[in-house]
Amino acid sequence: MTSTISTADPLGARAHARAQAGTVAATQPTIPASSATGLPAGVAPESVLWDETIGAGGYAVRRLPRGARLRITDLDGDGCAGLVVHNARRPEERLNVADTVKLQWNAYLGPGKLLLSDQGRVLLSILADTGGAHDTLCGTATAARNRARYGTGDNFGPAPNGRDRFLLALAKHGLGRRDLPQNVNFFKGVRVEDDGALTFVGDASAPGAHVELRAELDVLVSVVNVPHPLDPRPVYTATPLRCTAWAGPPTPPDDPLRSATPEAGRAFENTDDERLGWERA
Amino acid sequence: MSVADTTGAVLHDEVVPARAPWTRIVRAGQTLRIVDLEGNQAVDFLCYNAADLDERYSAAETVVAQGNIFLTTGTVLRSNEGRPLMTVTADTCGRHDTIGGACSCESNTVRYGHHTKHQHACVENFLLALAPFGRGKRDLVGNVNWFMNVPVLADGTLGIVDGLSAPGKYVDLRAEIDVLVAVSNCPQINNPCNGFNPTPVRVTVSAAP
Repeated sequence: MTSTISTADPLGARAHARAQAGTVAATQPTIPASSATGLPAGVAPESVLWDETIGAGGYAVRRLPRGARLRITDLDGDGCAGLVVHNARRPEERLNVADTVKLQWNAYLGPGKLLLSDQGRVLLSILADTGGAHDTLCGTATAARNRARYGTGDNFGPAPNGRDRFLLALAKHGLGRRDLPQNVNFFKGVRVEDDGALTFVGDASAPGAHVELRAELDVLVSVVNVPHPLDPRPVYTATPLRCTAWAGPPTPPDDPLRSATPEAGRAFENTDDERLGWERA
Repeated sequence: MSVADTTGAVLHDEVVPARAPWTRIVRAGQTLRIVDLEGNQAVDFLCYNAADLDERYSAAETVVAQGNIFLTTGTVLRSNEGRPLMTVTADTCGRHDTIGGACSCESNTVRYGHHTKHQHACVENFLLALAPFGRGKRDLVGNVNWFMNVPVLADGTLGIVDGLSAPGKYVDLRAEIDVLVAVSNCPQINNPCNGFNPTPVRVTVSAAP
């Protein structure tokens, strides 16, 4: 604390404010991003585009260019990364979880899976996944759900709800309630039983587990770290996540994900086709 | 059983042609019945808080609240803010889909090939249905598919398979608040959701008993 500095007049208040610089919080962005440490093997510091740690109830939002890699790390193994993604150039195009599961004929996420938009295009692809269980079906909790479970769900309280966190993230890019699609969750999973029942898989990831995503278009990524809506624990629990992004080459024509399935091939073709409207070949 | 057997006077009765959109405000307490007239006809469905269209059906809220992805009698359709919008008060089909979403020209290209781009699709119907309300693409979210059968296998494999419905099967939806209902009578011809033959459905709105 800098309480020894008087804040009775503007000069004192300025000195008091300036004396706070350099404080390190438990969760915050790394500025400049190139000063980030503990990077994945082979990632050059100067290529880092974003590095930010998100604590319990926190959120972050970031534009990332095509080709960027985004690693989300479940630092202590009990986080839940809710994620939505929009096409940064025209954000009315966004993640569509129904199309994501229907077009890939599978409800679960994992390495090689694609996060698809409502326009039949790939927004993010999953290059690596050491986390195991994820979720496409349950979205994130509302203020009402958090009030019922934790007694409070307000963004200004101790148990912020994921929906309002996403709304804040989107609001900073001029987007509103109409622009929030259903999210996916990393590091907390559910399984669908034969009768349709949802079983919470929960904490399947070890400390340091990560997913690595590749931007297939210029994207706007929003991440919240809040308890999964089916997390039965009475205590609001979400350990810190780290988001680290670095520049990378766009997906080459012979990328194995393009030929993994016929549907992936056509989704990538649609993605390439979209870019013809933006850029010279 | 006529809808009036379980509810009040019939206020509106209409046959939605094959492949067509339909919208209507259903007032709190009124019941909307959707009848699969000829069998195995998927009916894509969204509903919105009529007083605040930014509040709309949420598949996630609905399935989390009941712990199950299938809809049937007793299901409450919940909004993105957790509010009950409509309740399924009767269902002679048995189960309905929450995870398959709507077909679109664009998703059809991924599923079936680029040759399907110009085929009519549910998203086209939803966009047309919402336009008179000043609403559009940003207002589309994952929808209900009445009479559509999407099982999920143990490894997560899922797909739209042959339907469980039959001629005359119906679902009754009681509005819990005033809602705007938007329907696409699904025009899909590339999967079995309509038995490869889109057909008309009947929609009836009746007063509270």
